[in-house]
Amino acid sequence: MTAGTLFGLCAAVLIGVGLYGLIVNPHPLRKILAFNVVGSGVFLLFGAIAHRGAGAGMGGDPVPQALLITGIVVAFSATALAVAVLLRLFDETGSVTLSSDPPANAGNDSGGN
Amino acid sequence: MIEVLNFGLAALILGLAVWAIVAREAPAAVVGFIVYGLLLTLVWLQLRGIDVALTEAAIGGGLTGVLLISAAVRLRSTESAFRAQRPAASTRWLAAVLAAAVTGALAICVLALPEPAPTLAPEVLANMAVTEVENPITAVLLAFRAMDTLLEAIVLVFALIGVWSLAPDLAWGGRPGPLQVADPNGMLAYVARVLPPIGIVAGIYIFWIGADHPGGKFQGATILAAMWLLVMMAGLADAPPVSRRWLRWLLVAGPLVFIAIGVVGAVTANAFLAYPQGFAKPLILAIEFALMPTLTLVLGLMLLGAPRRGKSP
Repeated sequence: MTAGTLFGLCAAVLIGVGLYGLIVNPHPLRKILAFNVVGSGVFLLFGAIAHRGAGAGMGGDPVPQALLITGIVVAFSATALAVAVLLRLFDETGSVTLSSDPPANAGNDSGGN
Repeated sequence: MIEVLNFGLAALILGLAVWAIVAREAPAAVVGFIVYGLLLTLVWLQLRGIDVALTEAAIGGGLTGVLLISAAVRLRSTESAFRAQRPAASTRWLAAVLAAAVTGALAICVLALPEPAPTLAPEVLANMAVTEVENPITAVLLAFRAMDTLLEAIVLVFALIGVWSLAPDLAWGGRPGPLQVADPNGMLAYVARVLPPIGIVAGIYIFWIGADHPGGKFQGATILAAMWLLVMMAGLADAPPVSRRWLRWLLVAGPLVFIAIGVVGAVTANAFLAYPQGFAKPLILAIEFALMPTLTLVLGLMLLGAPRRGKSP
């Protein structure tokens, strides 16, 4: 199996693992983390495809590789924004729940902060 | 031999990804994610994407890791409330089935990719001479797909504006991040004095060779931002208040120079972001130089988050 195929399949599993975490983990920070796992899986899939396009003395197709660099940086800025929203929510309410009916002890948390 | 190593690497990465999802404590999960990011760097080397490997190590693993771990520590008290809300078994099964279906569909696509693979590498090689840069990635980023890079720089500034706009009213215009008080004779302050000179040279070197070798402004800017953050964490310097005029000008200088050069191209070379014949390399270098301080500041300030203190500390 070539490195491209192996890591392409690995990326497919990463996307699945991240998607599962995104749905199942109720904590928003864990959702952001899971989203980053999905994101890195997508990048890796794209990178595996770029690697298949090796030619002309280059180890991979440089166009998707350059897009990947752009993608990684934009993913970081989106993560930073999401974390900032989450921390502001925490500062404001003392809880970070996303559900419309907050858990019973959320009130105690906000009282403590 | 390398096959076995690749399999081992893939297995480790999958294990760490699962750990980042199922770990009980968020900080532990984030530590798993950071190691995962570092191992992904090795995968990028195996896939012959050295520039991507550098970016992944610096931003994907490093900066994202620091961002998430500081958030995880701050949000530690909220975790217990969520443990009680674990979704029902039926939801978890449905999520698992959905995730498996997505993975299966993607795996079929990977195995069914066309042979020979379509590639733009020969075209990049054929046209690279015009740009006079020798790193094909830089040629793509700043010549063939310069629009992407311009929009990315603007997205970064917009994201920072978004982060800043989350400041409480009282702290608006103030300094981001907590006030750091560290022992001035302690180990952290020592490292923050010794490491930055080396780090700054390394960051500028990676930036400078980016035109002809793997490296470039994003990777270099991340190293410079890390050095800045280290100095701030050690309490040797404070973050600037976000209302400072020089700061705001530096933040928009990169994209503005980029746009200005693009407009000049529209007049002299008949297309927005086109470079006039013979001037490609100087203009590419001018854009990189202008973007460097912008990227360093944006990446560093994004990690510090919204302003939380008034203008006077």
